[in-house]
Parts: sequence; C-alpha cells; structure tokens
Amino acid sequence: MKMPETSRRDFLKGCGALVVSFSAFDCVDAFAQGPFAAHQSHIDPTKLDSWIAVNSDGTVTAYTGKCDMGQGQLTAQSQLVAEELCVPLQRVKLIMCDTDLTPDEGTTSGSQSTPTNFNHKNLAQACATAREALVGMAAQKLSLPAEDLTVTDGVVTAKNGKHITYADLVGAHKFNLPLNPNAKRRPHNEWVVLGKPVNSLDRPELMTGHFEYVHYVQVPGMAHGRVVRPPAMGATVRHVDESSVRDIPGMVKVVVRKDFVGVVAENQYAAIQAAQKLKVDWNPGPPLPDQTTFFEEYLQKQPARDTLFVDSGDVEKQLAASRQVVRARYTWPYQMHGSIGSSCAVADVKPDSATVWSPTQSAYPTRSCLAMILGMPVDKIRVIFRRGAGCYGLNGADAVSFDAAVLSQGVGRPVRLQYSREDEMKWENYGAAMVIEQRAGLRPDGSIAVWDREDWAADRGTRPGYDRPGNVISGMLLGYEPYLLNPGPAKRPSGALRNGGNVVPSYMAGCIDGVCGSAGTVRSERALGHTVFSPFFTGPLRSPIRIQNTFSNECFMDELAAHAGADPVAYRLQHLSDERLRAVLQAAAKAADWKPRPAGKRSYPRAGKVSGRGAACVAYEGHNGYAALVADVDVDLDTGILHPRRFFCALDCGPVSNPDGMRNQAEGGILQGMSRTLGEQVTWDREKVTSIDWNTFHSLDMSYDMPTVTTVLIDPSGVPALGAGETAITLAPPAIANAVLDAAGIHLRDVPFTPERVKAALQQQA
Amino acid sequence: MSRIVLRVNGREHAVEADPETPLLFVLTDQLGLRGPRFGCGLAQCGSCTVLRNGQAIRSCVTAAGEVGTDEITTLDGLGTPENPHPIQRAFIEEGASQCGFCLSGVILTAKATLDANPNASDDEIRKSMNGVLCRCFTHTRMIRAIRKYAEENKHENA
Repeated sequence: MKMPETSRRDFLKGCGALVVSFSAFDCVDAFAQGPFAAHQSHIDPTKLDSWIAVNSDGTVTAYTGKCDMGQGQLTAQSQLVAEELCVPLQRVKLIMCDTDLTPDEGTTSGSQSTPTNFNHKNLAQACATAREALVGMAAQKLSLPAEDLTVTDGVVTAKNGKHITYADLVGAHKFNLPLNPNAKRRPHNEWVVLGKPVNSLDRPELMTGHFEYVHYVQVPGMAHGRVVRPPAMGATVRHVDESSVRDIPGMVKVVVRKDFVGVVAENQYAAIQAAQKLKVDWNPGPPLPDQTTFFEEYLQKQPARDTLFVDSGDVEKQLAASRQVVRARYTWPYQMHGSIGSSCAVADVKPDSATVWSPTQSAYPTRSCLAMILGMPVDKIRVIFRRGAGCYGLNGADAVSFDAAVLSQGVGRPVRLQYSREDEMKWENYGAAMVIEQRAGLRPDGSIAVWDREDWAADRGTRPGYDRPGNVISGMLLGYEPYLLNPGPAKRPSGALRNGGNVVPSYMAGCIDGVCGSAGTVRSERALGHTVFSPFFTGPLRSPIRIQNTFSNECFMDELAAHAGADPVAYRLQHLSDERLRAVLQAAAKAADWKPRPAGKRSYPRAGKVSGRGAACVAYEGHNGYAALVADVDVDLDTGILHPRRFFCALDCGPVSNPDGMRNQAEGGILQGMSRTLGEQVTWDREKVTSIDWNTFHSLDMSYDMPTVTTVLIDPSGVPALGAGETAITLAPPAIANAVLDAAGIHLRDVPFTPERVKAALQQQA
Repeated sequence: MSRIVLRVNGREHAVEADPETPLLFVLTDQLGLRGPRFGCGLAQCGSCTVLRNGQAIRSCVTAAGEVGTDEITTLDGLGTPENPHPIQRAFIEEGASQCGFCLSGVILTAKATLDANPNASDDEIRKSMNGVLCRCFTHTRMIRAIRKYAEENKHENA
C-alpha cells in the first residue's frame, strides 16, 4: 500500500479557505449536498500550488478532486495536464481525491468532471497558469520577451537556441501564485496530446491483475468485518445475542450501535460465518406496497412535492381544440447499480484521528459525514479514494465507508469491510421508479400543437453530501435521518428553464416569461413533476431521472409521428430548433443509412422474426451534451424475445478530450442501457427486496451475442467541453422501443421489455 | 486451522487456514494477490476466476483445503504490466476495460476455452462465458480482444 506524502502540503494547513464546489446541473446531487459554505479544506483552490507541482526530475504532479472509477478521468485529466504544460504524458502523475492532498471538487458525478476541469477554471486554469508562469520565469532568466519562447517537452526554448528546463526554473519549489483567470489555454487546433486517442493509462495494471482496488488495501493489524442488516426497511434491533458467535475461531467482536449491527473477526471467512450465525431479534418494519400494483396504487397516490418546470397556461384549451389528442402512460422500475464487486472500504480509526480508504466518488463530503459519525473534528480525518468495482452513480461505496469506520472505532483496530452480494443489492440507493403520463394534440397537418406531461418519481435519500449520512442505509441505521421530502404544491416557474432531469422534452420550446430554454418549437407546453416518498432508498443511477424521462419523451415522439403518418427522424427535425441537437440526429441517421419510413403504421406479420429500426435524441440535462441513437432490433414474434443487432450513435459533447475514452463510454453506456431495458428490475414481496443476487436480478452476461456499436464523434471548437458519460445510455431504451414499433407495430411502454410483456403487447394488437 | 500447501503461479506456498476457507481469501488476503476478487461469493459473476490445472474455476466457492497439489494460476500470474501475457496484451491493445473488476473472469475463462480448443468458434467462445459478467458492458471490445488472441494463438500452434 502506497501512502502519498503529506509533508509538502503542510504549509497550506490552517489557511481555512472556504470552498464552494458542487454540480450546478446535477439537481439530484445538488439537492443533497447541504450547506456548502459550512465546509472547510486546508487546500486553497485559488492557489496554483494546490493543483500543480513541478518536480526536480522534470515530472509534473497534478492534484484533482475528480476521480476515475473506470470512466477514463485518469487518462483524460493526465492528457489535459500534459497538453497545457507541454510535457509528455508519461511525465504526468495524477493524484485523485485525497482529502489531505487534493482540492475539494465535491462529488465526481453527473457528467460534471469534464465541464468542471476542462473549461476555463479549476484544473485547466491551474495548468494554463503554471505554463504561463514558467514561460514568464524563463523569459526573465533568459532576458528575452515571453513571445519569443516556445515550450516542448518541458523545455522552454528561445529563437536564438537558448533553453531552460521546467526543473531548472521551479523544480521542487512552490509557485506561490494565485490561479490566473486570464491565463490562456492552448488553442484546440494546436492540441497534440489532448483530443488524441490515448489508451487508458491503467490498462497494463488492470489486465495483469496488478491494480490496487480498494479491495486489496492492507493495513498492518487489519481485521475483517461484515455487517448484519435488518431483514427489511424499517426493522429495528430488539436484541443481539453475542454469545451466538463466541465460539467462532478468530471472532473479535460484535459491534452494535442503535440499529447498526456488525461483526469483526481476524479473517474474512470467520467474519462471514459470524455474520451468518449471529442471532439478532428484529422488530419488523412496516409492510411494503404490493409490487404488482405499485405504480397506480402507491406511486400515483402518495402525497408529493410538486414541481412545475414549464407551463404556458393554455394546454387544456389547446388540447380541447386539437383534431387528434394522443395519450400514453410509461413506467420505469427500480433498477440497481449492481456493481460487479460488492462494496468495500478499509478504515483505520484511532482515538484522535482516522484514515479511510474508500471507493466513494465524494471524498470530502464523505469526510464530513465521517466526522459526524465518529464524533471527531473534520480535519482529523483523511479520506483516500481507491477505485472499487465500477460504479454508475451511488452503489454501496459511501455506506460501506461509514460502516467500516464504525467497526474500526468499535474494535480499536484497522478494519476491512466488504459487503455480501445480498447486503449490496438489498440496500443500495436504487435508480428511481417512475410513471410518466403524456398527452399531446396534433394539428390537421400532423404537427404538434400542444404537449403536456406529468410524472411521479420515487425518492428517498440520495448522496449523503456533507451532512446527511442518513441518505444511505448505514447512516440511517446509526440514527441519522435522510433529507426530508416536504410534500407541497408547485410554484409558478420563474427564471431560466431548469431541465437538469430532462423532464421537459426536447421538442418543447421551454419558455418562461418569454425566455425559451429548451430545444424545440412546441409553445403550448406543460411539464409537471411529482416527487413521492419511496419505500426504498433511491439515488443517482447513471442518467438519473434523465433516462426515465427521455425514454418516455422519445417513445411518445414516435407515437405522435405514427399518428401523423410521419418519418420519425423527419418529424423530430420538424420540431427541433436547436442546431447541435439537429446535427447529431442527422449524423446518426446518416451513419445508419436511415431510409425514411412512416412510424409504426403498416401491416405486420404475426409469426416468425421481424426487424425494425428506431431513433431517439436528447440534449442531455438540457445543455450538457447532445446525442442521437439509431437501433436495429430483431423481434421474435413467437417467443417475444428482442435482440438488438446494431446501434449507430452520434455525440457532440464539445471538444473531445480522449476520443477512445469517449467511444468506450458510449459503447458501454449503450449496451448497459440495453441490458437495463431488456431485463433489469428490482423485485420485492410484501416484506423485503427479493433481488438479492445475479439469479434474481438479471444482467446480460458475456455469453450474450452483443450488437455492434458505431459511434460518430463531433468535435467542435469554440464551445465548452461537456459531459459524455451519460449521454448515450439515455437513448438506448427509447431507440429500442421505437425499433420494436417499426418492426412489429407494438408500443412497449413498460421497462423492462421482457418476452412476456412483448407477447402480451402482440396479443393485444391482434 | 491447519497448514495448507498450495501451488500458485508456479510457486509453492504454505499457509495456516481453516481448510473450508474459500481459496479466494487465501489468494488475496494471505498471498496478497490482486487478480482474483470477491464479486458475489456465489459463483454467479466470475470475478474470482482462477485456473486450476488450466481450467477456469470460481475460487469463491472452492475450499482451499480441497485444491491439493493442483496448479493454480491467477490473472497476476499470467504476466506483468511490463511483460503481459499475449491475451493480456490483446486486451490492452483493444482497450478492453472500464473499471476492470471483471477481468479475471473474462480473460481467464476465454484463455481456458481457447487453450483447450484453439479452433473454438466465436459462438463456442461466447457460450463458454456463460455466467461471466462485465457490468460496465465493455463486451464488444473484450470479444474483439479475445478474437485477436485466438488468431495469434492459432498461428503459434500451426
């Protein structure tokens, strides 16, 4: 285990800078992250030395608050540093998310790492500041104007051949400079490292099994823990019989704190046995709602917090006046991150300080929550990010970090804790279940005159942020409350359109007080959301709320095109005003060699196999990445089995940092979205969650005959860099549904599209 | 507790452990290996895969005490970052990873299949990967990497 040295940063301690850092677009996260101004870090983000160090051997160390969970930020951020400082990639060392070393950049989430660190602020601005400062120093040393100097591979060279290295200029010394907001980035058209495909820097270690996941962190004297969870949500501890595990060889201790129960033993096997054998009497929790009627009998009937995103005030009048009114209702189940490795953390809690190696995407927020849980000043706690199994939002990473710390404090030794598969799957913060109801009125020419949509979204907890440990299971068991969902009516929309959740379809104009913020032309518009208290924890699962809303909005667009007898691509273009969204849709259609066809209005065969293609597009979070997707899908009319064969994707996420990384995100996202669409849903009975392993939660595995994915990257200049990791996945569900409409004339409105549901839709059509 | 002698990655190791201990925990916690890993503990995901006399097995449900003198090979026993095994090199070249947690299951299962049958068809390779998960869904790149290794392997055996 390697411990980065802290000494070189000790000089910064105590400056007590106020750090404000959050994801402005990510409404789910931002909501949860509490009072930002209350948080302190000793690392001042306005100082260059907080971000960049030039070492005496000519290497550059960069410190970032955005971490790599497998999405490629190690490589992309290293490219950024190499590009801006004009050093070879191999000479960049990136330190990610360590509260003793890196600036507080909140959470790595919401497709915000690229917007945050690759535009004219934070890491990018620090790099530009450093390069200009180094060139300035060289100019002084060489007594030449800075304009006459060029930098290559960390060597500043003058026209007359005189040169000096970075190491000679500053090696191992501090810059003692503030970030310069006017420092110039290297122009996009001159990039030599950034913007080029780079093979992810972690791959040699990953492929050969030499990579240090958090699961492999070992601390001297370390014991092993397991948690013992309640049978169901709301159950509380009545009695724990510690004698039931006393005989297990290697048993160290049973740790109980309110409703938190855990065991610690000398090795993993003993800890597992103890967790299985420990006798705990639980007071049962309340019964769960019936899953078969969950959407209509629970979700749509609970008190809700309402939000009106846009309301032109005339939708009822316009609907009454429309020649054709189309209605449809869509449902989306709870889904889980289902990380392939159950979550793990290692905590070393001493009487007056603590170190936690954690897979959390929120190092600083986790540190603040740990301070609450451990009853320790925040500056006595160090959280060090180590990659866990791939996470697509909020798996058990934060919860397991809290649990490990409680166990370590309970036994006074370092503890490694890894959840069982069931602990992970039963208690993570699921992607929200939703119902979305759509209505639209068409003009005699088939164009959309009015669009009204309303949704119900299940919500409980989320990321803990800086002060809400109760937003995840372990905090709740320790007695912390999740944030309170206050039911209440919606206020009139005001200010700029907020479409971070992609509630408002792209085809609406999104006008509030005369200012229009969406991508479309429909001006008679209303979008209303109801947030409802969920029986299970929910959280930001990749494309949170956005994938649910976009599924519904984009499927409904094809339903409207079918009523209008229009081609789905042409019909979309007819109702889109945003040039970048139009361009990606056209690019995807071109890549797929899309031939115009009327949506879902033909005669269809009743048996055998049929094929169809569907399209969808989205302006992710309104303005954070533009994507379009065409899907080719086979439908077996006899078995109801769907088989996607080809995807064609076009992306415009601003200037591309690493084309290979972006393609990898698009390909993985589309196939992950496909698995979620075809088979993934959390199930439960009246007492408990019943999706507890890979037999009861259905992921496509490596034996599946995967479709091909063709990705077209648009690489514009002169616009900000945007998020890319969640764009493509958002479109897989509607593109597949629309392809099935094209193939078989049926509307699939309920995810997942199981063979039973497909057959039911075919029978209904017959 | 008893003394268990294991042959792992070409070397003999003696450890003290309950013979019922899953082989996985001996490999990771006692031998410090970083190839196999606990994904589910139920033999459903493949993360813990190791080779036992060349066959892919799930070390999370294999008792350390019943391995005997069988040769165990882990992902970290195949190659090093500086000198990767040809199948590992194919995965690096094809950029076939995201988080990488699944790689023992993917690489070792494919290797075992191709070593047993260098002429295995794409269909046969895919079917052998039943119950191997990659939740980042890097499938298409992984299948490309496996094909690349299969082709090279055929040439070497020819």
